[in-house]
Amino acid sequence: MTRISLTVDGVRYDDDVDPRTLLVHHLRDRLGKVGTVVGCDTSNCGACTVLLAGKSVKSCTVLATQADGSDVTTIEGLSGPNDALHPMQQAFHGCHGLQCGYCTPGMIMAAVDLLADNPEPSDDEVREGLEGNLCRCTGYQNIVRAVQQAAADMRAAAPRTSQSADAAQEVTT
Amino acid sequence: MTVTEDQPGAEVGRDRRRKEDARLITGRTMWTENINLPGMLHLAILRSPLAHARITHVDVDAALELPGVVAAFTGRDVADMQGSLPCAWPVTEDTVLPGYPPLAVDEVRHTGEPVAVVAARDRASAQDALEAIEIDYEPLPVVVDMEDALADGAPLVHEDAGTNKCYTWVLDSAEAGTGGDVAQAKSDAEVVLERRYVQQRLIPAFMEPRSVVVDPTGDQITMWSATQIPHILRLMLAMSTGVPEHKIRVVAPDVGGGFGGKLQVTPEEFIAFAAARRFGRPVKFVESRSETMLSGHHGRDQIQDITLSARRDGTVTGLSVKLLANMGAYLGIVTPGVPVLGAFMFNAIYKFPAYRFECSGVFTNTTKTDAYRGAGRPEATYAIERIMDELATELDVDPIELRRRNWIQHDEFPFTTVAGLTYDSGNYEAATDQAMELFGYHELRREQAERRESGDPVQLGIGVSTYTEMCGLAPSRILGQLRYGAGGWETASVRMLPTGKVEVITGTSPHGQSHETAWSQIVADRLGVPFDDVEVLHGDTRTSHKGLDTYGSRSLAVGGTALVSACEKVVDKAKPIAAHLLECDPADLEFVDGQYRVKGTPGAGKTLADCALAVFTAHDLPDGVEANLDADAVVDPENFSFPHGTHLCATEVDTETGQVKIRSYVAVDDVGTVINPLIVDGQVHGGIAQGIAQALYEEAVYDEDGNLLTGTFVDYTVPSSADLPDIITGRTETPATGHPLGAKGVGEAGTIASTPAVVNAIVDALRPFGVSDIRMPCTPERVWQAIRDARAAREGSDRP
Repeated sequence: MTRISLTVDGVRYDDDVDPRTLLVHHLRDRLGKVGTVVGCDTSNCGACTVLLAGKSVKSCTVLATQADGSDVTTIEGLSGPNDALHPMQQAFHGCHGLQCGYCTPGMIMAAVDLLADNPEPSDDEVREGLEGNLCRCTGYQNIVRAVQQAAADMRAAAPRTSQSADAAQEVTT
Repeated sequence: MTVTEDQPGAEVGRDRRRKEDARLITGRTMWTENINLPGMLHLAILRSPLAHARITHVDVDAALELPGVVAAFTGRDVADMQGSLPCAWPVTEDTVLPGYPPLAVDEVRHTGEPVAVVAARDRASAQDALEAIEIDYEPLPVVVDMEDALADGAPLVHEDAGTNKCYTWVLDSAEAGTGGDVAQAKSDAEVVLERRYVQQRLIPAFMEPRSVVVDPTGDQITMWSATQIPHILRLMLAMSTGVPEHKIRVVAPDVGGGFGGKLQVTPEEFIAFAAARRFGRPVKFVESRSETMLSGHHGRDQIQDITLSARRDGTVTGLSVKLLANMGAYLGIVTPGVPVLGAFMFNAIYKFPAYRFECSGVFTNTTKTDAYRGAGRPEATYAIERIMDELATELDVDPIELRRRNWIQHDEFPFTTVAGLTYDSGNYEAATDQAMELFGYHELRREQAERRESGDPVQLGIGVSTYTEMCGLAPSRILGQLRYGAGGWETASVRMLPTGKVEVITGTSPHGQSHETAWSQIVADRLGVPFDDVEVLHGDTRTSHKGLDTYGSRSLAVGGTALVSACEKVVDKAKPIAAHLLECDPADLEFVDGQYRVKGTPGAGKTLADCALAVFTAHDLPDGVEANLDADAVVDPENFSFPHGTHLCATEVDTETGQVKIRSYVAVDDVGTVINPLIVDGQVHGGIAQGIAQALYEEAVYDEDGNLLTGTFVDYTVPSSADLPDIITGRTETPATGHPLGAKGVGEAGTIASTPAVVNAIVDALRPFGVSDIRMPCTPERVWQAIRDARAAREGSDRP
């Protein structure tokens, strides 16, 4: 067992973990962060995407011990104070960017990181940027629309906030 | 958190944002995998590495010694209690129905078949312990290919059946009295085309892997499962295991997609059920993606031999279809019926006068096939739309013009087809005209001619697909005639709560289809209550005790109709109470905009909420009136519903590399009355994506030893966002006539229409090279090879 310390969605957790434990299993099974899900076993689907130190990672490709000392943001920590939705969550809702919703947590987290890198992407850049996250329901069309909507909303809010993922947690509607 | 807006006005037809989203976009979801119970054991399943073998020895003792392991068992240990997995659709009297033990007892017949189970305190320990199980196999001969399986002397998948043929099912219009004789049509024909099309095997690839939790500790054994069919699952568990039905509760919590892939009663569900009963403790099984790919049922996998007879003016005079349908090693819940559903759709939107369909189901040492989005209808639509293009080429007629000459005109509905169905409504002309305009059909044809003329290495192809489908499954009488084991009715219940809020219970079981939103819209209009005052409950046999679940684009057309009926009953029941409150005669009341008012008298009336409160207090009800506004309804549809549409696809095909790019895609669908356009567009997008995936990307491949070569997302290439185009959608609305909603169903339409549109476009681009077919998926390699082969054939035939 290895002692690790993680700050997940703003709360610090200290745990002993089996060194082979994947971050996603630690989040789900130990910390109860079941909003983050597992869709495959080959790191293709991206359903388990979270932000690790502000950057999107597939949490099935990271050992829990590798994340020791880091900040992790999951879909459950993306909303702002008083459960106000992040602009990306709002846009997925507004643009019908989800159906069954299983890929959605990972898709939203990947999209948040994509806009942090490129606040004004073209549609093709959105499609390339989300290539690592599979969705079987939507055909991606409304996901692309949602990301563009969120990008526009976040740019409009930019004078008030910076465009980092953390700052974007402030509510813009 | 507010994710719904509340505005007055008619709900049906509005782009309502979904109620479901609130939990899905915040990660507050109840997937089966999220359920943990005190004392719960985690199961891992050992699976056969061989496609056909006798199990000669199994010993789980070494596994029991490992840390965390609590128990282990084999098929022999549970042989008398595990039940046999059911097939509900033996399509003929003599369909071969092999026994299907959830956990193999003596023999395995496909790779991935479960052979032993470990239960441990955590999932990793259970998984680790699988390696300690000793198991010996005696390999048996393997047959994977359908034609090999039917050859004399082929290895038998089920020795005691004496054959690999599961059934042969025939529909002949001359015998059925629905049309002429195809042999006569062929001998009289001026043109006869014979083609073979291959429907490759596909994997549904829903995003949430299947998982199941069983708790045996209550008065009822409770099963939570990632399933499309909680009601059917409960019935099948009871019928197959002998546990009484009323002692079983099944819950489908949030379910992450299905596409037919979760229309199944699975070995894993039965194994978990047996394990929980055996241990007297809750158990959980969560499969890996690789297990889903290997052992969850697959779809399609047909060889289609098509003969089309026609006159030189383009009138089709006969269609003959001979199918081989791969069942796999066992029969799932509707495995034999899937190709039979297609039998009614090969004639599609056309007025063919003679038709014959013959299908043989074939056992092979592969994972079973069963429903996958469209189930029988995409296969049929693909074959007919491909060969109609071949006929257009043969006759040098525009493919749309050829279809016009054969399709049912809008003023000819209702129309009884050569397959015996009566299409109630449709307007193929309107949908096609709209699609051609949105697409810029004539401009693209001009550009195509220019590129052909200039010898552009990137050629432009235009693909046409017109379709109809039978959905709203299904009239129970017809299902009975087809030997299906259940009916096709659906239920709804409306509960009026004392505060005027409404609970709706549906027997359908959504897993991404947005029922909570659409059902709320319907109820809001019918009862005159706010959209946000309606709660839609589903997927738990304790609250929704009766239902036939979600598949076959049936939920809205059938379940929605039941909902309308239940709402009407509520309105009727409340009327004498409203009259009593208003001190008037019930006959003088009308119910408008959620209020009972005396006819012709504006001003204050009584709402359903007023009546619900009056019923709750029951202080002052009219004599003889029950203190209850709740209502149940069961609706059995009179007919299927028949969505239709026209899809047009433009592809750019690089003739040097074989690379295909979809340049534009237009879908004009007529799904009848639309409840929520946003949801309908979403269904169309996703359906088309899966149809394009069949055309371009996906194929489940077995080697000759029965190993699945495409068992992960690395090799089974589900398209990503970078692989799919934007879709331009249009709509015509010809309401279904058989029920008050007028909705026809939209879940499968996109998948049914799009595959032939894409392949027709690729072949169209390559016609000048002499290419007339490309086997799906049309990968760059296959396209490039087809061009090469066609060139070689042409050069060969040019030689003197």
